[in-house]
Order: sequence, then C-alpha cells, then structure tokens
Amino acid sequence: MANISKRNRRLEKAIMDASKNRRELIAAQLSRRDLIKMGLLTSAGFLIPKNGLSARAPQFGGGSFGDGNCYGFYGRGGTPVSPPTTPYLEAMPIPPIAQPVLNADALTGPLPQAAPNTAAGEGRTRAHQAFTTLPPQKYYEVHQREADIIVHPELPVQKLWTFNGTVPGQTYVANYGQPILVRNFNDLPPNNGGFGIQSVSTHLHNGHTPSESDGFPCDFFAVTKWYDQHYPNVLAGFASTHPPNGDINESMSTLWYHDHRVDFTAQNVYKGLAGFYLLFNQFDTGNESTGFRLPQFPEFDIPMMFNDKNFDPLNGPTPGKLVFDLANRDGILGDKFLVNGKIQPFFNVKRRRYRFRWLNGGPSRFYQFYITKQDNTNHPFWVIANDGNLLPNPVLMTNGVRIAVAERMDVIVDFSTFAPGTKLYINNRLEQCDGAGPSDNIVSASQGNKVLELRVTSDTVTDGSVNPATNPHFYNVPAREPEDITRCFKFDRENGQWVINNEVFACDDVRFKVKRNNAERWQLEGGFDWQHPIHIHFEEHQIISRNRNTPTLIERGRKDVVRLGENDDVELFFRFRDFVGRYPMHCHNTIHEDHAMMLRFDIDDVGNSNESCDDDHHR
Amino acid sequence: MARLNRRSMLGALPAAPFAGGLVARASTLDDKSREVTRMRYFPNVELITHLGKKVRFYDDLIKNKIVVINFMYADCEGICPAITANLLRAQKLLGDRVGRDIFMYSLTLSAEKDTPEVLKHYAAMHGVKPGWLFLTGKPDEIDGLRRSLGFSTGNLKLDKEKTNHIGMVKYGNERREWWGMVPGKAKPTWIVESILWMDDTKVSKPAAQP
Repeated sequence: MANISKRNRRLEKAIMDASKNRRELIAAQLSRRDLIKMGLLTSAGFLIPKNGLSARAPQFGGGSFGDGNCYGFYGRGGTPVSPPTTPYLEAMPIPPIAQPVLNADALTGPLPQAAPNTAAGEGRTRAHQAFTTLPPQKYYEVHQREADIIVHPELPVQKLWTFNGTVPGQTYVANYGQPILVRNFNDLPPNNGGFGIQSVSTHLHNGHTPSESDGFPCDFFAVTKWYDQHYPNVLAGFASTHPPNGDINESMSTLWYHDHRVDFTAQNVYKGLAGFYLLFNQFDTGNESTGFRLPQFPEFDIPMMFNDKNFDPLNGPTPGKLVFDLANRDGILGDKFLVNGKIQPFFNVKRRRYRFRWLNGGPSRFYQFYITKQDNTNHPFWVIANDGNLLPNPVLMTNGVRIAVAERMDVIVDFSTFAPGTKLYINNRLEQCDGAGPSDNIVSASQGNKVLELRVTSDTVTDGSVNPATNPHFYNVPAREPEDITRCFKFDRENGQWVINNEVFACDDVRFKVKRNNAERWQLEGGFDWQHPIHIHFEEHQIISRNRNTPTLIERGRKDVVRLGENDDVELFFRFRDFVGRYPMHCHNTIHEDHAMMLRFDIDDVGNSNESCDDDHHR
Repeated sequence: MARLNRRSMLGALPAAPFAGGLVARASTLDDKSREVTRMRYFPNVELITHLGKKVRFYDDLIKNKIVVINFMYADCEGICPAITANLLRAQKLLGDRVGRDIFMYSLTLSAEKDTPEVLKHYAAMHGVKPGWLFLTGKPDEIDGLRRSLGFSTGNLKLDKEKTNHIGMVKYGNERREWWGMVPGKAKPTWIVESILWMDDTKVSKPAAQP
C-alpha cells in the first residue's frame, strides 16, 4: 500500500506541475505559433505539459481539467511521446481501387472451388454456401505483406503490414448482384518488429456474407497459406423474406475489411491490415446524374479512415517507429492522428458538394468530428448514412457527429460558398483521456484535434449532386416484425477481465444459437465506468430504444455497431436471414475485443434459447 | 514478396509443414526491436522462486522462451482457486513440455506475505508440477513488473485492488515478439490452444471450433 500512496503523491504533483506549466504559458501570452515552435503545443492543438506529462492517455491515473488536455502520470518509465510533426505537409492519399484479375484461371494457384482446397494450401475449413447459387463474376487476388510506408515526411519509413502494399489497403468497388471472390494470401514476414502475429483472418465488416467467408476470428490461416473469400454482394432477405433479390431497404454502401485474428486483432489492424469495401446499386450508383444523385465516385466521393497512433521518440533506440503498447488493457489512445494512413495530411476540395465516408479505424478512441472554419466557427454538414446504411433522409448536423471505433458516417459537405484559398478542418473536439471512453466534454474548436486540412481550390466545377437541403428520400427503414425471443447481454469487467454475461470468449464455445430467419430482440447493457462500441456480425440491426428513449435521428436506421455508454441500456431488433454458420458479437475497442470481450453465436435451422433474458443465470 | 506463379507455389507446398521451422532458423529476428521490447516491458529484476532460487526476470525466465504468466496471491479466495485449477489442468495437458520449452510463472501480488516458503506450500498443496514457478520479490519491484506486463488499469481506484489483476493470463514467445492474453477462467483446453499458438516450430492450424 505504501507504493500506492507514493504513486498518488507523485500523480498529484504531476498534475499540479502541469497546471502550473499551463498557467505560466498563458501568463507569458505566447501565441499558438510560439508554442508550436517551442514544441510545447502539438500541431493537433494539444499542450505538451512539461515533466514527463503528455497528451497521450495516461497509463496510471490522470485526467483532464475539461480544457481538452489530458494530464497524466506515467507509472512506467520510458513510455514514449511521439515526436513533433509539422501538420498538413502531404496530401491525403486515396487508396487505390482494387482491380480484378482477368478470370478465375488467372488467379495464382488452383481454380476456386466450393470445398476447401486444403491439399493446395487453402486455410479455409468450411465449404462455400453460395458458390453455385451466386457464382463469383469477378476474381481478385490480394497479398498480405510487409511494405515500406511513409506516414509523415518527418518520420522514418515504417515497416507496416499491408494488403497489396498500401495502408489503407486497396478499395474494393462492388455492386449488388455481382458476386466476387477474393483470393487472400498470407505473405507476412517472419519478423514482426515488436507486435503483430503472422496469422490472419480478414473480416468484411459488415457484409451479408456466409460465415466461411466472413472472417470469423478463429478462421485464421498461417504464412504460405491462402483463403478464398466469396462475397455474394446480395441483399438480406434474398432467400427468405424477399425472394429472389432481397430487401432493397437493406442496401449497404460503406463497408470495410480488417484483420480479425482472435487475441491479436488490435495489433494486426494497428500495423496496417484494413481497407474499404464500397457497394453500389441502382440507386446509390456512384453517378451523380442517376439514382439518388449522390456525389460522383470517385472524384467527389471520398473514403477517409481515421486512426490515432503513437511513435517512438527520435532520441531513442528506434527513433520515430510506430509503437503499440502491449501492456494496455483499457484501450490505446494515440497522440498522432492519421487520415488514410498519413499524419495530419491536407486535401484539396473544389467548390461543390462532397460525400465523405468517415470510418473510425481504431484502435480505441471515440471521435466527435466537426468541420471547423479558419476562424474556428462551425460549418454544418449532413449525415446521409450510418454504418454504411443510407438513412431515410439526410440529417443536418450542427454539433458534429460522434464516431466510435468501426462506425462509419457518410456525410455530405458543401464547399460551394467558400472563396478559393479558404481552409477548413476536420476537427475532433471530443475529450478523451483514457481507454475507458470519452468524457462528455466538447472542447473549443481551437483546442480540438484538427486531423485534416481541407483547402478550397479555385477550379470551376459543376455539381450535379442532390442538395440534401431538399430533403431527398433514400431507403425506408425495413419493417420490423414480432420477435421470437429476447436475449440479454451485459458488457462488464470482472477481476480485470472483460466479460459478456460474466463469460469469456473461446472459439469452440457456442454461447447461443439463432434460428435462421427468425426475428430477435437483444438487450445490451453497459457496465459502470466504461464505454464500448459493440459490433454484431452478419446482419444489420435497428435500435429500438436507447435508455428507453427513441434514438436520435441518425440512429433511426440500420447499424452494425452500437455505442454502449456507461450503464446504457439499448434494445436492438435483429433478423439473421439466408445463411447459416458461426459469427461473433464483440466490443470493437480492439483492446477489449482481444481480451475476450467477445462471444460466438451460431445460426442454424433449430436455434436455442440460451442467453435469453428469462435465463436467471444472467439476470 | 515476389508474386508466386502457380508452378512455384505448388512447388513450395510440400515444404509447407516445415515452413515454420525454416522461418525460425532463418530469422535471428530483430534484435533491436527485441531490445526495446525488453526495456519497455521486461525489467530484469531479481525474483525468488518457491524453491528458494534467485532468478533474473528477463535473463532467466523470459528470454528465448515460450512463457505463461499470471498474478496471484496465496490467500486469495473467490476466483483464484478456479484459475489455479484451470492452469493446473493446462499444465497437465501440456505434459512434459512445461519446463522444457514452455514455462509457467505465477507472480505474487502480495510480496510481503508470500515468502518462498508460503509459495512452496501453495504449490505443493495444489500439486503443481515442475516447470511452473511461483515467484516473489521486493514489493515495489514486483509492482513495477505487474504494471510493465499489463496487469493493471489506468483507473487508479481499480488498480489498487489486487482482485483486478488476477483474471488474465499472459502468454508469449519472446524471440518472436508474440504477446497475447487469455482469461484465466477460460476452459483449460482453450488456454492450452492459446499457448500453443506461440510454438513457431509448427505451422499454426485454425483454431478448433466444432
């Protein structure tokens, strides 16, 4: 106990020092530029307090004064603080669009087949369910391999793990009604450079994908192996409620893929294994003169993946190297903000409307993004899709939009009123000081993390896209039906271990069985002190209520990640249609996920009532 | 990596079962990275085993080994006995590999009370076999070790409670820099499976998931 009180005293002193430093700095009336020059203010707007304190999440205690700065004491010596980097030096990359090979015969290795081709080195263990009924029309080949990646010109080249050499990986552009097959090779190197494991399972989040191609956490495969993933690109309901083509109101648009290897997801995704998968159809066409007339893809329809990461100090043995904290079980917060793999890049925009597809790529942080003008006033935007699902109508956001890990928000931003040369910023104003979750403080616009600079160009440009202010209609929310069963899940921590209904994950532990095509109601409850973004694979859910209230407008659609705040109570409506097999539900704070905050459920034609709310084991 | 054509890939296939071994020999791996990992997570503090032997944490217990680490204390009730029982069954399932190429360590959260004698009694009482060491040492050093290894939380109030550090079991392969955690309350077969992922002399198979 002597240690604890000693640590508390040191923590108190550290916090007092930080506060004193801040007062000194304010008293000296230094400008923002002076502070950046002195290395006391990060380009993201965070003060770097002196005496070993940093803007990074404190490992052992700390907190905030509600001023956007996190003060903490590092109980463990040598925790690095990332080197300073000059913001907005490089253009934001847009991941390349994946190109199919000519035909099935052009794939490396044997022709694809329904059964796992174990003899030829395939890692798959179960036959494709829809290989003959929804045969692939296009074939892709992807190699997971190490590549040299520049995340910022002032930092050294990083050895990252990639899909075909880029971070984020190449973007798949897919169409409903056009099934594809991706042959996925594990060519990762023997040397991991400090974290990550060289066995992988790639999840398509959140396709209506048969289990064997979903990227279940236990379907990982080793170096030298490959895995054929068959994505039918088919609407939910096609073989059940809405034959033969499925329910158009279940259309999805912004999906992503990422590694999902059990226990090592956080490390492998942090190391680079993630990318976008976009789905179009006859309404969301990618052509702004047809269908819903959403901004033209790819010129004005831009995927953006946000991550926060840490890098070793420049004066250490591995200067400027990407670092993953292997000793963190709460959640990892980075002090560098990356968009599409670059730290604080810029992006040129023309004077018109854009569709930005925002994705929080983790590992743990929650964002609340605003578009901030140079004078720090707010530029509202419209949310049109939540988790890649178009809402019934656009929703005007005047107070930013919150995005937890793995959530996606498609937004329409209008730059037509800005003079050429205007700069705007995608600005995270949500204060978060540790992995437990954000505080509810929204910091001032000048103190946020300005993660991307948007530069308005002078190009003349036309805009044929729909004006969200005219309140266009997209899809209806699919009709619900009476549920066959209600299941209850509590997300909590027990003996320092993350649990769902007091249990932990194991690959062979089927916690409950869902009867195919049944409707279910799930009640999710958050624990004390922690926030969790909960992801359920396979089919999109609807939020019936949040703390017994009707959810907000942007949550009145379809989702695959639901944010559980402290002690939140959320009711979800589900159907699990068309396919059978195993799927997980898990916290998408990838640190929690890797520490067993996950369960397996199976879909079959019988089902069972395990984890039902009536089961007194749980309530 | 050069793109394999079908022929070279097929040629490579018969070698696949040995690929792990080849990889292991080919790579003395990244010594600088290992060194940084050592400095960051594995302080080379002196500990005493339940057999009364003095050891250095990194040099003697971690370096070049597949290891299984948890924290406990001898008079812990509640979930502790169940976790110890699970690890005992895991030790039994792993057989004579424990002590040969897989090493199990239980560090005390109560260094003042848990002398080597107390731990020796604890190990004997539970029927612990060789290859699994119970460790004590200087309280502040063990506390530092606990935090370095990630048996901690940023929430200081929760961090004070010993019972918040007993739920997890860390597993790893120091040379390959693979580090994960498995819950101590998981089924012993699952704990064993997680530990065996660390064995790089075999190509890892997909997890058992009937």
